[in-house]
Amino acid sequence: MNDLIRTLVEAYGPSGSEDRVRDLIRPMVEPFVDETIVDAMGNLIAIKRASGKATSPLKVMIAAHMDEIGVMVSHITEKGFLRFTNIGGVFPHTLSGGRVRFADGTVGVIGSDALEDMGSIHPLNKYFIDVGATSRENCPVRVGDAAHFDRSFEARGRHLTAKSMDDRIGCAIAIEALRQLPDVTDHDLYFVFSVQEEVGTRGAEVAANRILPDISIALDVTRTGDVPESRPMDVRLGGGPAIKVRDSGMIAHPGLVRLMRRRAEEAGITYQLEVLEHGTTDARSMQLAGPGSAAGCISIPCRYIHTPSETVDVEDVTGCVDLLVAMLSKGIEL
Amino acid sequence: METFALLKKLTEAPGPTGNESGIAAVVEELWRPFVDQIVADRAGSLAGIKYGSGPDERPRPSILLAAHQDELGLMVSHIIEYDGNGFLRVLGLGGVDRRQLLGQVAVVHGLRPLTGVLGVLPDSYLPAKKRGQSVTWDDLVLDVGLPFDQLRTLVSVGDFVTFRQPLRQLQNGRVTGKALDNRASITAVTICLEQLQGRQHLWDVVAVATSQEEETYLGAYTSAYSRRPDAAIVIDVTHAKGPGANESELNELGGGPVLDIGVNVHPGLYKALRDAAKAIEMTVQTGVHGRASGTDAYAVQVSREGIPTGLVSIPLRYMHTMVETADLVDIERTGRLLAEVIARLDDTFLSGIKEELMRPRNNAKPMKD
Amino acid sequence: MNDLLKQLTEAVGVSGDENDIRLLIRDLIVDHVDEWSVDTMGNLLATKRGTGQYDLRVFVDAHMDEVGLIITDIDSNGMLKFTTVGGFDDRTLLGKVVQVGPNRVTGVIGARAVHLLKSGEMSKVVRGDAMRIDIGAKSKESAGNQVSIGDRAAFVTEYEELEGGRVAIGKAFDNRAGCAALIELLRGDRYPFDLVAAFTVQEEVGLRGAKVAAAGTRPDVALVLECTPAYDQPKENDVSPNVALGKGVSVYVMDARTIQDPRLVAHLMASADAHDIPYQVRQPGGGGTNTGAIQRAGIGIPAATLAVPGRYAHMPSMMISLDDYENMIRMADVALRNLTPDILRRE
Repeated sequence: MNDLIRTLVEAYGPSGSEDRVRDLIRPMVEPFVDETIVDAMGNLIAIKRASGKATSPLKVMIAAHMDEIGVMVSHITEKGFLRFTNIGGVFPHTLSGGRVRFADGTVGVIGSDALEDMGSIHPLNKYFIDVGATSRENCPVRVGDAAHFDRSFEARGRHLTAKSMDDRIGCAIAIEALRQLPDVTDHDLYFVFSVQEEVGTRGAEVAANRILPDISIALDVTRTGDVPESRPMDVRLGGGPAIKVRDSGMIAHPGLVRLMRRRAEEAGITYQLEVLEHGTTDARSMQLAGPGSAAGCISIPCRYIHTPSETVDVEDVTGCVDLLVAMLSKGIEL
Repeated sequence: METFALLKKLTEAPGPTGNESGIAAVVEELWRPFVDQIVADRAGSLAGIKYGSGPDERPRPSILLAAHQDELGLMVSHIIEYDGNGFLRVLGLGGVDRRQLLGQVAVVHGLRPLTGVLGVLPDSYLPAKKRGQSVTWDDLVLDVGLPFDQLRTLVSVGDFVTFRQPLRQLQNGRVTGKALDNRASITAVTICLEQLQGRQHLWDVVAVATSQEEETYLGAYTSAYSRRPDAAIVIDVTHAKGPGANESELNELGGGPVLDIGVNVHPGLYKALRDAAKAIEMTVQTGVHGRASGTDAYAVQVSREGIPTGLVSIPLRYMHTMVETADLVDIERTGRLLAEVIARLDDTFLSGIKEELMRPRNNAKPMKD
Repeated sequence: MNDLLKQLTEAVGVSGDENDIRLLIRDLIVDHVDEWSVDTMGNLLATKRGTGQYDLRVFVDAHMDEVGLIITDIDSNGMLKFTTVGGFDDRTLLGKVVQVGPNRVTGVIGARAVHLLKSGEMSKVVRGDAMRIDIGAKSKESAGNQVSIGDRAAFVTEYEELEGGRVAIGKAFDNRAGCAALIELLRGDRYPFDLVAAFTVQEEVGLRGAKVAAAGTRPDVALVLECTPAYDQPKENDVSPNVALGKGVSVYVMDARTIQDPRLVAHLMASADAHDIPYQVRQPGGGGTNTGAIQRAGIGIPAATLAVPGRYAHMPSMMISLDDYENMIRMADVALRNLTPDILRRE
């Protein structure tokens, strides 16, 4: 699975520019589904229909987002340096000395205005990108161009580290689950590889409006409380898939949470329960769509979220695949 | 049922945002005698539908009465061991005023319900930088008095917590307790449904006890979508004048239902409510919102292709605390007003309110310097 | 004198109470469209049928509401208490003239005279909730005869064209400039597709009208015409300029609400390049337009935004360049005339 993960996390796809990730995923999932759709916003929707014998198939939407955080050029100085704005949750303390890569391959180094006080960090607008230009005229990028953070994948024993585990790891889990699912299932499964999650779960919103799912499961990362002096959080790396109970944008359907726990216990999967103080996932949009769906989330514990070194545990990842397969290969009754 | 008893039954039922099954069961029991159909949905809302007497051959128009049934609550975020004892850390569900929780009795809904107390160390025991400030979630504990090993088998991270606070009577028909936001409105809707038993109404009435208003308006968005009403009235509470709340635009406790004007409200529905109040000579008050109303009206108004929406509010003191205080008279009047406005709905109502949007609003001669 | 801009900016339509601007626009477009309707939120939706060449429905949005005030209470001495409708900088309100309610009662927002300020008060911002509107009433009753709680109040600013004739000032260019441009498009020849003109309500309080307008009309593609704040006043050297007055139509790429459809952005720029129409990329970052609601309506609608840069947005007097305004009409027109279904094809 590491090859799949490496391929996905190293691809270029800041929010709004997910085409390359989609082009990678589409051929991987097509053999396992009945139909694929790319919608107006660029979501890839892969549909695996229920067996003809299924008595009352439900529409189950599974969402993993393809987009990653990044930056967009907002100004080019006379000397050819780039000021930029964030695409999604980019935090200034993660930036200095980092590198970004534009769609055309141009690499930039992130620097910042001189710090007056080493005890405090600059706001985002005091950082700049140096692409080696010396003037506006010879600068190879334009205002409005997007870039992603540039960092390679590393497998370090059980720990996998890369720039966009959030949420290519969710995509990898969805793809792997599709490979493992039986040919026939009880429900219509809509695997959605969504766009623009990092800027407000926008892609999942329109995909859910199209599908109007009965049941929704997001696959996304969640933070952990297992590093030195971290904010308290009762999720740790290596503790197994985290079944989300709530985050700041959604309270999971209690019946779906119960079912996930039961399926995990039946399959002997060690799991954790997640209560996340800040942040949300595509499950929020899916829960609110149309007449509403029973929504939940299988979260992948992840350290250093929204930095270039997002880190997950490979056994948590396979646990997530197992749990998703366990959920989808049997009937779902809430 | 007498209003106090009704409100008591409703406010004391558990129904934290996100897990409304407890309160929904109570609402179902109260509404069943008054409606033709009960529908519970996946989003946690409960709808009671009472058919109108209009002709069956074409779809009868329907009016949605939306009152949220969820209440503030807490959720277990951590289970902590200290010296063999178990303590629970919690986070708020909805906009809980955590300053007012110390010493409050609450129930955690684990494998079985466990009663506990919300407490905190004395200020002098906190690190210096935390002293002299209101309590944070990091320091508050829910203590059910069990050893850690036993607590861990009964309670999980993610378990819901509700507050225990019986409804009590104050002087002059005023009452105090938890969850009057928004069970006062559910009470008013119940009174309305009861009143409609003896009255003719052409339109179908779809009363919905909505879910998760305190977090995402989930029940309002989804109910408005699935019920697709022709018009809607949202019933919620609004701040009444009281200690620390003396702004002149706030309304009076006991002063009657508050009819809202503002961006989430269709002027035709406002007018219909005002006309109905006038017809039964009921004293009402006016509320104004310049931006979002902070109620289910925000969601219902923009569902599908838009739903003409009105907003009636019941004055309430100390909102989002465990001593929310209301006047029974306001609740009863709100119920009667809703019944009146529904009984007055006819075939011309929708075209009538449309005209409100096309009425010239400039009565003045052109301005000159 | 641009009569259309004058009429539109001087009309009143504070969010949630857009009746007058709606009726005015209806009268202005009724002879140029095939049908029109008003939905339950108050959006004015008009269809100009196409030549039939493409089976495409194109939605062009311009919000017609403006920021303003709403009366929340009348004091015992007849002063009006208010809150703001839409985003405001409290510093802009002191010493302004407003027109209140259907009677268009003139009022002023006054405060303690400069002579009476205490030490240090000059540098403090007076908060909106401490201000009152004075209509000259002597009592609550006499004020109540003229004004009701819930009435909206708007600024009083006459439209003017300044020295040279290419710069105009007035109130509510945000977004009557967009409305005027959309009206001009409707006055032109038919397009190769059906055009749905949406004059939407409640943009200033959260893109509310456009959400239901787009959901109700289900277009294939959308273009939003706006007036975007221009911060091109003197400031530190070489910091990001957002957009500048007179430097062309501003094209959105990303704001706080939307990443614009890249296919449409490319088409807009190519259309302008082909006709030598000046444009500038609006600095990506904050802000938001109706595109944010339209793009996510229903199953998703590809959408993009053009805007006239306007200085002093959400203040009683805004300023725009008439060159930018006229260029936006040309740019929207050529881009629409060259729009084909192929532009949106993905595979």
